[in-house]
Amino acid sequence: MNYANLFRVTLPETALDVAALLVLVVDLGFLRKAALQTRIMASVLIGLFGCGAAVFFMPFQADGGLSYPGSTDLMLSAGGYAAIAQVGILMLTVLTLFLLIGSDFTKHVGEFVAVVLMAATGGLLISAAQDLLVIFVGLELLSLGLYILTAFAKRSGKSAESAMKYYLFGGMSAAFLLFGFSYLYGLTGSTNLHRIMLGFYGPTVIGSAPLVYVALVMIAAGLGFKVAAVPFHLWAPDTYEGAPAPAAAFIASVSKVASFALLIGIGTAAMHVFDGAHGVVRVTALFTTETPARWMGFNGPWSTIIAIIAVASMVFGNLAALAQDSVRRLLAYSAIAHAGYILLAVAYFSRGNISANAILYYILTYGLTTIGAFGAVSVVERMHGSDRMDAFLGLYKRNGLLAGVLLVLFLSLAGIPPLVGFWAKFNLFAAVLEVNRGVTPFTLVAIAVAMSAVSLYYYLQVLKRVFVMAPAEDGLVKGNPLTMGVLALITVAVVVLGCLPGLMQSWMAGFYAGM
Amino acid sequence: MLAWTIYISFAGALVLALMPKGKGGSGHSAALARGIALVVAVAGFAIAIAGFASGAGKGRVTIVDVPWVPMMGIHYMLAADGISRVLVLLTGLAAVAGVLFSWNIEHRTNEFFAFFLALIGGVYGVFLSFDLFLLFVFYEIAIVPKYFLIAIWGSTRREYAAMKLALYSFVGSAMVLIVLLAAYATSGSHSTALVDLARANLPVSFQMWAFPVAFVGFGILAGLWPFHTWAPTGHVAAPTAASMLLAGVVMKLGAYGCLRVAIGLFPHGLDPWGWSFWGIGSWRDVFALLAVIGIIYGALVALAQTDFKFVIGYSSVSHMGFVLLGLVTLTQVGVDGAVLQMFSHGVIAGLLFAIVGRIVYERTHTRQLAELEGMYLGRRLPFAAWAFVIAGVASMGLPGFSGFVAELQVLIGAWVARPWWTAASGVGIVIGVAYTWRAMQKAFFTDRLPRPDEHPKEGWPKFDPITWPEVTATCLLFAATLIVGIYPSVLLNSIEPAVKALLAGGMQ
Repeated sequence: MNYANLFRVTLPETALDVAALLVLVVDLGFLRKAALQTRIMASVLIGLFGCGAAVFFMPFQADGGLSYPGSTDLMLSAGGYAAIAQVGILMLTVLTLFLLIGSDFTKHVGEFVAVVLMAATGGLLISAAQDLLVIFVGLELLSLGLYILTAFAKRSGKSAESAMKYYLFGGMSAAFLLFGFSYLYGLTGSTNLHRIMLGFYGPTVIGSAPLVYVALVMIAAGLGFKVAAVPFHLWAPDTYEGAPAPAAAFIASVSKVASFALLIGIGTAAMHVFDGAHGVVRVTALFTTETPARWMGFNGPWSTIIAIIAVASMVFGNLAALAQDSVRRLLAYSAIAHAGYILLAVAYFSRGNISANAILYYILTYGLTTIGAFGAVSVVERMHGSDRMDAFLGLYKRNGLLAGVLLVLFLSLAGIPPLVGFWAKFNLFAAVLEVNRGVTPFTLVAIAVAMSAVSLYYYLQVLKRVFVMAPAEDGLVKGNPLTMGVLALITVAVVVLGCLPGLMQSWMAGFYAGM
Repeated sequence: MLAWTIYISFAGALVLALMPKGKGGSGHSAALARGIALVVAVAGFAIAIAGFASGAGKGRVTIVDVPWVPMMGIHYMLAADGISRVLVLLTGLAAVAGVLFSWNIEHRTNEFFAFFLALIGGVYGVFLSFDLFLLFVFYEIAIVPKYFLIAIWGSTRREYAAMKLALYSFVGSAMVLIVLLAAYATSGSHSTALVDLARANLPVSFQMWAFPVAFVGFGILAGLWPFHTWAPTGHVAAPTAASMLLAGVVMKLGAYGCLRVAIGLFPHGLDPWGWSFWGIGSWRDVFALLAVIGIIYGALVALAQTDFKFVIGYSSVSHMGFVLLGLVTLTQVGVDGAVLQMFSHGVIAGLLFAIVGRIVYERTHTRQLAELEGMYLGRRLPFAAWAFVIAGVASMGLPGFSGFVAELQVLIGAWVARPWWTAASGVGIVIGVAYTWRAMQKAFFTDRLPRPDEHPKEGWPKFDPITWPEVTATCLLFAATLIVGIYPSVLLNSIEPAVKALLAGGMQ
């Protein structure tokens, strides 16, 4: 293995880990006696610099990524979709760190920020990973960080309960994932995604289609848990409700980006298989009807599984959100629904980068919006000690800026133009239809559009309390000025990216330029 | 130039939304908000008139055409043809009248006008968009302000009505979005400009299903029976200016979408199926039947209402039925009539809602016809009574007013297509006379003697005097319906060539 190359490719991850250690040193060493808010500011600043350094080091990654010794197969890729996901993860991490400012759920600020940075490192790794073992290690690094972050509010029973629930579900799903991986390895004799995809043409696989199904279902279960897709979603409402706001925002945004980047990685590997022995480019059995089987008219077992999960998520997520009284749980169910929309594009994945870009566009803008939403909810929560709908009564009178932020972000989540959420949806559904114009994908898109019409109802339920109903008590809701500034910035970004949707598309296209 | 109607409306909305709220009394800031709203609305109207005048005799004029999302071939393309210019004119008129009739809004005044102008901006945008995508964006922008206008400033069951309206609109626009995505994917032209999609020769089998989905999707907002139920509840719950806009222009958004998108892009969707069931042999027959049912049903239900505003609400459903019927006749005269009816109903319905919701209700604080009967408004509010007589007569379709010319053309067009359509909708007109007459008589000119307990001993309390904004706006709307009624060519000269081009093969 070429260690110089390894160092170059993992420079961003290294920068993050150095920053994580630095935070611990500064917070536990120099600032041990300082006031809480000072320590928070210092830790957030170091985190910010760490993420900035990581973004700065991105261009230094070796072109083409890191390959195995004596082979051209990649272990870690660089550039392209992976780089977009990594930059997105770093930016969203910074935004979640800003939500920490002004909060007081923990005294262990340094540890919190360090765990956030390490979890983000895991996110960076899985975005680029091309090897089952690296994927698994990266996922565990991310997940362990998330369990700890969820449990961080030690004084809150809900935080502990939800962390326990999250941990147990997570452990179980990791086991499923590993089980699926082991079957893949057993069937194809490799842990590299590209080799595995090639292996699907071998006689072993063709003769053992049921084992492929088992492996794929297991993997779908493991990854379905990460993106909170039905029926692996049960942890999401509790975790979103119980976790401290910055942790919940991190789970809702960064962890989702990383998981979808991984799904893109699997899809890309499957769609771009170069068979050196025969000198042809093949589309693997994961996505075509060549082998191992044709089932229900979909494009192969993987697409079938993902499409079923997608429909279940968007139908169940949207319907369950209708009945929520806690705004955080509402956001959790809406997250399940959004995951369902995105999974449609995973099920109908394209060659080239249309699908990859559509998915990244969606998940990055969704992450941005949802961080803002959690930030706004946490401001209200800090005032009332509750995230019930009634805590939002008459907010327009008590904090006009916050009301405006909620209006824009929730309408964007509902997909109302000209906000960015609308473009993300349009882009995504157009990508699905671009791949396949058959009756089935079209029906699925129609269901998705119909379900997003349902979603307007519950977003309006919150906005109704914010704007229409009279406040239950007087007095202003005051947020930390820096938090309010960040929220306003996110809101402006949602509007601007919505009015000029080409901006982000050309930004993303820039990452493919060198490939 | 017409594009500025959109920009100044949104700019006005933004200014009003960000305006600092007046502390305590807030009288000063409310007056300022009204002033800004009026200036913006009048400026928009002036631009609309200027655009209408300068566009006379010209066909389609492109205003702006720049790439918006180059990777998907979406253009920011604004243009205006004769139909657009007429409807933009209507929007400007309704905006000015709406601001004047909301002069008495004291509660959260600047927010009211901010939502109002945002809605107006979206409506202008729909009428001027010649890119399907852009049209859809503006169409959805118009949904949210409607919700808040009704939910915050409305009356009877306002939250229910507002949510119903928002969800109906959103479901309709979801159907439109599905068609949009499908047309984009099917055409393969990598463009969403209406012109390109019309040229793309979409397969007939595709048009056969895209047409009804698009027509129903837009038709929901145009009060297409049986998807009309949001309209009466929404109109009744809305504050006066919002009901004026809902009936006056928002329902026209739907009808305009049916014409421009459903009929313009998917003309083969109206072809015969090749088999028929009880004389229904194409989507054209289906929607004509629904339109005729809407005309008669709306009129009959209006006849039975006890709430004054519900009478007008259901009459809107009935009158919009004529628009939809005119559209599916697919004859020059019928579609001309439909577009003219959009303008005419926009003006007349706006006027009726203003009289009932603002001039009468704000003084009597009741809309129940039975209670109004005992108030002798004919003598105590002569201005309202006369205004309602004129508006009511215009609404019945008496010659000399815009409604007559419009409905006559629709009926002629319907006769050419299928005579029974005309026969059936003629019944609707007769019932229309009946319900208008009944409401007029009950509300203003009753000759029932007051029961002893009804007659106040110390004489009738005086109503607030009629204010100048009410008089100005009423006269403005009168003038519009009279001018168009006496000299319809002023609009028809603009509508006819545009309709001809549209019917002759899309929008090439």
